[in-house]
Amino acid sequence: MAAQNLPGTVGTITNGQPDPNAVLDVQELRVHYETPGGAVIAVNGVSFKVRRGETMGLVGESGCGKTTAAMAVLHMVQPPGRIVGGHIFINGTDIVPLSEAELREFRWRQAALIPQGAMNSLNPVMKVRDQIGDGIETHEGKQPKDVLKRRILDLFGTVGLSSRVYDLYPHELSGGMKQRVCIAMAIALNPPLVIADEPTSALDVVVQRIIAQTLLEVKARLNVSMILIGHDMGLQAQLVDRIAVMYAGNMAEIAPVKSAFAEPMHPYTQLLIASIPSIKHKKPLKVTEGLTHDLRNPPPGCMFQLRCPRAMDVCRQVRPPLRELKPDHQVACHLYA
Amino acid sequence: MRGLTKEYVIRRLFMYVLTIWLGSTLIFLIPRLVPGDPIAAMVTRMQQQAGYVENSAEIIAAWRARFGLDAPLSIQYLRFLRNSVTLDLGYSLTQFPTKVTEQISKSLPWTIGLLALATVISFILGNTIGALMAWRRTPRAVKSLLPLSLTFTSVPFFMLGILLLYVFAFGLKWFPVGGGYGRGVTMGLNLEFIGSALYHAVLPALAIIISSMGFWALGMRGMMITTAGEDYMVLADAKALTPARIFWGYGVRNSILPQVTALALALGGIVGGAVLVEYIFSYPGMGYLLYQGIVNNDYTIIQGVVFILILTTATAVLILDLLYPFVDPRISYQRR
Amino acid sequence: MTATTANAPATPKKASRLNRFDSPWLNSKFIAGLCMVGFAVLLGLIGPLFWDVTLARVASSPLNLPPIWAHPEGFPPPDPAHPLGTESSGRDMLAVLITGTPRSLMVGFIAAGIGLLVGITLGFLAGFKGGWIDAVIRTLCDAVIVIPSLLVLIVISSYVRQVDIVQMALLLALFAWAFPTRVIRAQALSMRERGYVRMARLSGASTFTIMYREMMPNMLPYLAASFSGAVSGAILAATSLEALGLGPTRIPTLGMTIFYSIRAAAILRGMWWWWGFPILMLMLIFTGFFMIATGLDEIANPRLRGLKAG
Repeated sequence: MAAQNLPGTVGTITNGQPDPNAVLDVQELRVHYETPGGAVIAVNGVSFKVRRGETMGLVGESGCGKTTAAMAVLHMVQPPGRIVGGHIFINGTDIVPLSEAELREFRWRQAALIPQGAMNSLNPVMKVRDQIGDGIETHEGKQPKDVLKRRILDLFGTVGLSSRVYDLYPHELSGGMKQRVCIAMAIALNPPLVIADEPTSALDVVVQRIIAQTLLEVKARLNVSMILIGHDMGLQAQLVDRIAVMYAGNMAEIAPVKSAFAEPMHPYTQLLIASIPSIKHKKPLKVTEGLTHDLRNPPPGCMFQLRCPRAMDVCRQVRPPLRELKPDHQVACHLYA
Repeated sequence: MRGLTKEYVIRRLFMYVLTIWLGSTLIFLIPRLVPGDPIAAMVTRMQQQAGYVENSAEIIAAWRARFGLDAPLSIQYLRFLRNSVTLDLGYSLTQFPTKVTEQISKSLPWTIGLLALATVISFILGNTIGALMAWRRTPRAVKSLLPLSLTFTSVPFFMLGILLLYVFAFGLKWFPVGGGYGRGVTMGLNLEFIGSALYHAVLPALAIIISSMGFWALGMRGMMITTAGEDYMVLADAKALTPARIFWGYGVRNSILPQVTALALALGGIVGGAVLVEYIFSYPGMGYLLYQGIVNNDYTIIQGVVFILILTTATAVLILDLLYPFVDPRISYQRR
Repeated sequence: MTATTANAPATPKKASRLNRFDSPWLNSKFIAGLCMVGFAVLLGLIGPLFWDVTLARVASSPLNLPPIWAHPEGFPPPDPAHPLGTESSGRDMLAVLITGTPRSLMVGFIAAGIGLLVGITLGFLAGFKGGWIDAVIRTLCDAVIVIPSLLVLIVISSYVRQVDIVQMALLLALFAWAFPTRVIRAQALSMRERGYVRMARLSGASTFTIMYREMMPNMLPYLAASFSGAVSGAILAATSLEALGLGPTRIPTLGMTIFYSIRAAAILRGMWWWWGFPILMLMLIFTGFFMIATGLDEIANPRLRGLKAG
């Protein structure tokens, strides 16, 4: 984990200048979905960083904007959604203002994606080798056949695929194998940043473990930085260095994984951790199933106010800013004001 | 060979034989089941035209014997099947010594040429238009113009043919009013003939292309919208492949599969429509021959032309079916 | 193309449900198509009240009159008594349209009605029963679809020259069932696995009840689209036969009028009103049914609707 030299350089500073220590520095990112009934604010001024060689977990319930935020990092928000504000620095370059052609230069080379639905993420009519090959050749130009083959087989070795897969079509692979192909594809160009969008969600439990293991190994070998999106807190606990918790388009808490689990500060994080099933302590389920807000008309104040067990008056009026309360531990909550 | 399993081929061959058998049985059986005797009707018409025909009863009997219509139905049917398999289609009634197969072998190349040309162009054009209509990156100006190409989608080929004939042959005189090639041109593999044949084929082909491409465009548009939502399209975007590669290799390549099936299903209708186009343009193909047969009550020609066209259509569908596993690698594993 | 707006993923559904102007049946293409077909139907229903349809008979009017607004060379001056002109046998074109249009429509509706009825029965049977029944029906269907039906109809009607409208419709129905069967089978097959049908089956409802009470309402747009496709298919086949001179000869149907005009070389004589009006009428009918079918398709698949121009 990269050392943090000056207090305050992580997270809260959103001055439009990139942090030289971060591979990814997202500042005040805003993403809206335009709908006939008004703009849905999917990501509402979110800031976070990913340091060199680190794995950051991005968690939250479905619809909280975590996937939208991650897709924004690739500048791939699908219409009617669009990035309406903020900066996304990848290795010091802000990609928000880039043109379509400039983005193509940057995507996959600088930041690659391990997609959510590996089952359907491979083109069913193309052989695996061609799908990995076209990514490489698009960015590095045509290559001699044997060089390309060598390279793809090396990638297979890295992710633990047999060379037999080279000539197969996606429908001939199992779910786990498809996910490995996706991982191999993502690391083909040695990008500094890989975004893994719930990479294990469609797989059965045993395969989930194996894929998670593969991800860790790949990460260690290539020293890439990674964003791991997910809602499985157990998996996150094992895989990530730091964890960022999102709620309804806002960042609730960012903390090193140990302190997040040991002393979660935001009531929502506390709720998430409390709901991890444990066999040792049987506990009653703490559910606050209260309403979430209409994301088109966010109320003043904290987004979590309706479900928060400790909501106060101020929570209904002022949106809590994300502040660094302990070293490297940021929380957006009025409880600690 | 990859993609073609034995079971698949056998199933397709079975369908091929079934289609031809069903079609030819229908054209054999129904005319014989419905009331009315074509030979008697023919002689009646001759009487109407000539005023009086001597020995009409004997003529009818003689014709019936000639065509084997005096035998029991089952024997007639077996004979018909045997003749069909051996492609023995008999003699033309009106141009007696010429065999039906001889007439057909002169006409069939024109029809196949016109149809292949028109269908391929229409399929490619229509699918490209449809794909562009659904493609996110299509320039706005192009996108707003594309629906214009759908204007004549539901207009039958031959009606559009009449319109084209009136505007471009009668009105503007840009194209000939009919025929397959120019008058003084000798048939053969020379540039003059090929040029003349293509020139004469423009309007009939346009009639087919313009009215059928909308069908492909609409189908393709629907498929591309579905495909655009697939996960592999998102990943292709993330891989920053060139837009052209994503469009053709990922979008169109996957969306075209159901369109190939649709082509196989539509072929029968296209052939039927093309017959009328040939009739409108006096194009020397099967449709024109068929019309001559209808006008002259030449039943062996009518039967023969229709049988050969059914055979041709079924063969084209068989070829499409056998090629399909090569464009869709999944097909050999799951049954359609 | 459509003015309908896209449904964004996050839009709450409740709000739009309450808006009664947002009913999916208010699809612009569907409505436009209905109006076009409606116009053709009305012409046949009300036309005879305002216009003397006996003018559709041979030699009832002067020959070769152009429509009142046209003054082509080599033709007599137009006559207000025949606003759409007359053809070379002395039929009044307006009267021809008024008598011909409903006949074409009727042939289409009868043939498509029979075809759809057979299609529903076979399609549901195949989709719901599966097994060898499905295999037989599907195979038969696929074979019939490949056969160029128009050609078979040409053979039949060249033998049987005198057919009336009902016989014609019956002949057309011979091929009109295959496509609806295919569509309905595919739909039934996919619906069979949906939650509400499964629930009905688990709760012990009979096959018949499930088919007609649970599945029918959801299949309505598909059935209606099949029907409108079958109607225009049957009208096309009937018109094609007539245009070749095969079909009911005594009454001037639209296709027959086209046949006469082609035989009299009306195209090359510049008598565009002879073939032009029947073709215009038929184009209106075909386009109308086509738009109904496309509209219904969009009603059934909201995804096709959500395509914005930009």
